[in-house]
Amino acid sequence: MLKVLKSGLFTAVQDIGRYGYLNKGVPVAGFMDGFSAKKANQLLDNDAHAAVLEITMTGPTLLFEEETYISMGGALLSATLNNEPIANYEVIKVNKGDILSYGKLKKGFRNYLAVKGGFKAPLVLGSRSFFSSVTKKNHLVDGDELAYDVCSYFEPKISKLIVDSFLDEIELKVGHGPEYENLSDKQLEMLFGKKFSISNENNRMAYQLEEKIEGLQISMITSATLPGTVQLTPSGKLIVLMKDGQTTGGYPRILQLSDRAISVLAQKKYGDEVRFKLNSQL
Amino acid sequence: MNNYSISIRPFGIHAILLEWPGRVDVAILEDILQFTQYLKKCCLKNEEWEIVPAYNSVTLIYREEPINFKELKTKLLNWYKEDIKVVKRQKVLWRLPVCYDEDFGIDLNEISQKSGKSIKEIIELHTSQVYTVFGIGFLPGFTYLGGVPEELQFNRREEPRSKVLSGAVGLAGKQTGVYPQESPGGWNIIGNCSVPMFDPKAEEPCFVSVGDQVQFYKITRAEFDLRKIESEVGIYKLEKIVLDA
Repeated sequence: MLKVLKSGLFTAVQDIGRYGYLNKGVPVAGFMDGFSAKKANQLLDNDAHAAVLEITMTGPTLLFEEETYISMGGALLSATLNNEPIANYEVIKVNKGDILSYGKLKKGFRNYLAVKGGFKAPLVLGSRSFFSSVTKKNHLVDGDELAYDVCSYFEPKISKLIVDSFLDEIELKVGHGPEYENLSDKQLEMLFGKKFSISNENNRMAYQLEEKIEGLQISMITSATLPGTVQLTPSGKLIVLMKDGQTTGGYPRILQLSDRAISVLAQKKYGDEVRFKLNSQL
Repeated sequence: MNNYSISIRPFGIHAILLEWPGRVDVAILEDILQFTQYLKKCCLKNEEWEIVPAYNSVTLIYREEPINFKELKTKLLNWYKEDIKVVKRQKVLWRLPVCYDEDFGIDLNEISQKSGKSIKEIIELHTSQVYTVFGIGFLPGFTYLGGVPEELQFNRREEPRSKVLSGAVGLAGKQTGVYPQESPGGWNIIGNCSVPMFDPKAEEPCFVSVGDQVQFYKITRAEFDLRKIESEVGIYKLEKIVLDA
């Protein structure tokens, strides 16, 4: 078992997400930064959808009660194993009794801890991802325990990955949302011509951007929304729905982030800047 | 099919939105559901499409690879034009028990004053209607039910409550619905439903689907308390009526 000695700010089990239930109002949930999580899993030859710990800003302190292998991806969070610094994107042997802890956030916002075979939180509606009202837990608390497979020997195909500049990216590639065609030239100029900063309202449900553009005054009947949908309110507020976002909405859906763009945005915190770039593919 | 002029628009590279005329209308919803049933059975080649109907639209999602929008739009319009003998969609009515005791119907007094109707009249109005599920969202299992009579149409509360109880039955404008979980909410609360609207442990976590019909009926506080205890351990019965219409 993995014993949670200190849980950190918002540490949760996430996998590739919960699909097939949007029509029942169940969000996808899953890794906020799928790009980083999948690379951490890849190093361990895990399934791409294996459950990892998503660690946000302030990391946990974790005790491994059995031996296994781990790897980390995403944010640089000053991780140490038994007080020795360890790096992202490396396969690391963990022995019985080892303690993994995190320190100062240096870059990014969300770190992903993968374990050989994935964490064995309960499977609910096809996924282990935490989401309140679907799973018993929304995030880990001190004293929690998580099962994982014991692994005494593993020879990775790749023992280290170099992921140089992902956390520095600010460009969000977007496609047209359903209401894109309603945007005026002025609105388009504002949307694509400048940077936007992340407001304090940012979490797994949605990221609200600080700067406003001209609002869009069209009446809408409630319709589906997706992770990565950019909504524009009548007052000009831009809201990017994320993995735990509501499945329907009534605001114009002007843009749709690519999967990678969702991952880029998930590594931004309050005050960081991003820029939308229209993908020529659509 | 081909009853309406529909608009088809891209929704990023993995989804496409089909929109019927912009009004809340049972006939439009039925047309959407007939078409989506046809798409599932005859047109979309594999199981991986996720289909999300709501009010006057349906969103088709395909995550395996980018959608070729132009090609799919043409196909969809052609499929919609086809004069096909659709297998009649099975229609279902769910009967849901509600306790309208004032401990639960915390806004009953207020809307009684606003409307000039007695609480008894309000309850009779609410339980005499057959409602249609136009959308599910906001929360897992939250159903947006249309068909509220004019006398029961009230604006949302000016100040949303930070906590609305699980099971709370609300009214907002032309809609009524049940809060499946405890949540902040701005609807006017008139009662509480003992049947869980969302149960992740159930074979069907949300028994209601878009297009289904719902009718509420009144139960006593004592009966509610008993049913609530039973439902918390997973014992509850769903009252389903299959309609021939």
